[in-house]
Amino acid sequence: MGDNTLVLGQRLSEWCGHGPAPEEDIALANIALDLIGQTRLWLDLAGNREGLGRDSDMLAYHRNPWDFKNLLLVEQPNRDFGVTMMRQFLFDTWHLETLRILSHHTDKDVRGIAQKSSKEVTYHRARSTNIVIALGDGTEKSQLRMQSALNRLYPYVGEMFMTDKDDLIDMAALRPRFDAHLSATLNKATLTKPESEFYHKGGKTGTQHSEHLSHILATMQSLPRSYPEAKW
Amino acid sequence: MYAQMIKSEETYEDPKKLMAFQARIDDGDRIEPKDWMPKGYRKTLIRQIGQHAHSEIVGQLPEGNWITRAPSLERKAILLAKVQDEAGHGLYLYCAAETLGVSRDELTEMLLNGQMKYSSIFSYPALTWADMGVIGWLIDGAAILNQVPLQRTSYGPYARAMVRICKEESFHQRQGFDIMIKMVNGTAEQKHMAQDALNRLWYPSLMMFGPPDAESVHSEQSMRWKIKINSNDELRQKFVNQTVPQAEYLGLSIPDINLNWNERKQSYDFSQPDWSEFFDVLEGNGPASVDRIEARQAAWEDGAWVREARIAHAEKKNMAILAAE
Ligand SMILES: [Fe+2]
Ligand SMILES: [Fe+2]
Repeated sequence: MGDNTLVLGQRLSEWCGHGPAPEEDIALANIALDLIGQTRLWLDLAGNREGLGRDSDMLAYHRNPWDFKNLLLVEQPNRDFGVTMMRQFLFDTWHLETLRILSHHTDKDVRGIAQKSSKEVTYHRARSTNIVIALGDGTEKSQLRMQSALNRLYPYVGEMFMTDKDDLIDMAALRPRFDAHLSATLNKATLTKPESEFYHKGGKTGTQHSEHLSHILATMQSLPRSYPEAKW
Repeated sequence: MYAQMIKSEETYEDPKKLMAFQARIDDGDRIEPKDWMPKGYRKTLIRQIGQHAHSEIVGQLPEGNWITRAPSLERKAILLAKVQDEAGHGLYLYCAAETLGVSRDELTEMLLNGQMKYSSIFSYPALTWADMGVIGWLIDGAAILNQVPLQRTSYGPYARAMVRICKEESFHQRQGFDIMIKMVNGTAEQKHMAQDALNRLWYPSLMMFGPPDAESVHSEQSMRWKIKINSNDELRQKFVNQTVPQAEYLGLSIPDINLNWNERKQSYDFSQPDWSEFFDVLEGNGPASVDRIEARQAAWEDGAWVREARIAHAEKKNMAILAAE
């Protein structure tokens, strides 16, 4: 969970100062801020359970690409605003369903973080859903852009519902609610779900990330790795 | 600083109306959007508020460039929140300018085609993490000195925008100073970064208050209108006086061999920045000027389809509501 929010938060912060309007810059920064906040909670908990004295900063800044267990979806480049918002919408929809289940988990700490996060993510999903609808339904040009964004990203959806040994819950069970929200939204957005259900995998297991992740980490980790003695 | 080179516009007006207007300002009255105002007052304010708004928006770029490289998750969150505040400042100010009858889109186009400027400081590059400290400490610090008096400016919407903005700027300054404390107490490389950032940004910070009073021929009218409250040199002196002890506390040296405490005037003597460099920067020849405007141009052009689509969608929704009624 923490790797997903970290990598996506990092991606979103690339937009700072470059969005289509200051309102969008503010909103993207706000979502990135929530995701970085959630990252600290998840990775601190992970470090704590690991018991080797690593905190969220150690886990964020001093792990290698193959140690990261984030979904391939979140490491995909921002490309244009349409791709960024489509990626956000697909992630938020999955994220919210995941947090809903984790909010009832037997582990008290997991439950706490999930409950806190789902309040924020409810807002993220409402916002990205509205934008996907507005841009899909807006002009001919914007509809084309959003359709191509969906086509580009749909092959990263399937991985979100694979369950492996590290998962706390059965991911496949989330798919029906995800699909329901997806088709209701695409319908309003006048967009069509791609026919092929093919999907890429290897992100959440860490076995085969895309080429993009190591670039993200090279940028993000540059200071702590170059000056390991320094405190900031 | 956002009014570094604002010329006040004098135009012909009915002398009776002008006198009554000046009397209101002298009485400390606030001018509101629906009130009568001289055309020159309106034009000067549009330029000043517009350029201030552009400075907030362009000012996101040097710091935005470091968010992805912030050295800890906490620093990343603080910097994200700060840059988000700056975009918010831009929005308040565009709204204040809009009350004077100019749209945000018009102002943006004037920024992009070079008719309007932004603060010269943001035409300098942010090269190391220490720049995030110096930007908060000196640049937000200078912004506060400029903006606190503007909370009493004669134009109501501008004064109110300043009140909201000033609260956040003092927060930014403290965060910047906190970064500096960590840097000067850190490794040799961190200390080097801190001193280097101060060396590069000291004179550009002094430029933020605009050219010397003797050369600032247009200030007088703006001061009568209470669009400008203090003179450039007055604010610059105040800035130097408050910053020198802070630099001493940090153990950093200000790159000025003429910097000395003057007992008689109870102030520091200091060297002026290179004013020819300042005028070059205003002409668009700052080290990062082209990068800044290019980035804003790209954001504007690449975002056009998004803005158009949102308007089209909103119109369709309104039509549907009307049809249903
Ligand atoms: Fe600001
Ligand atoms: Fe600020």
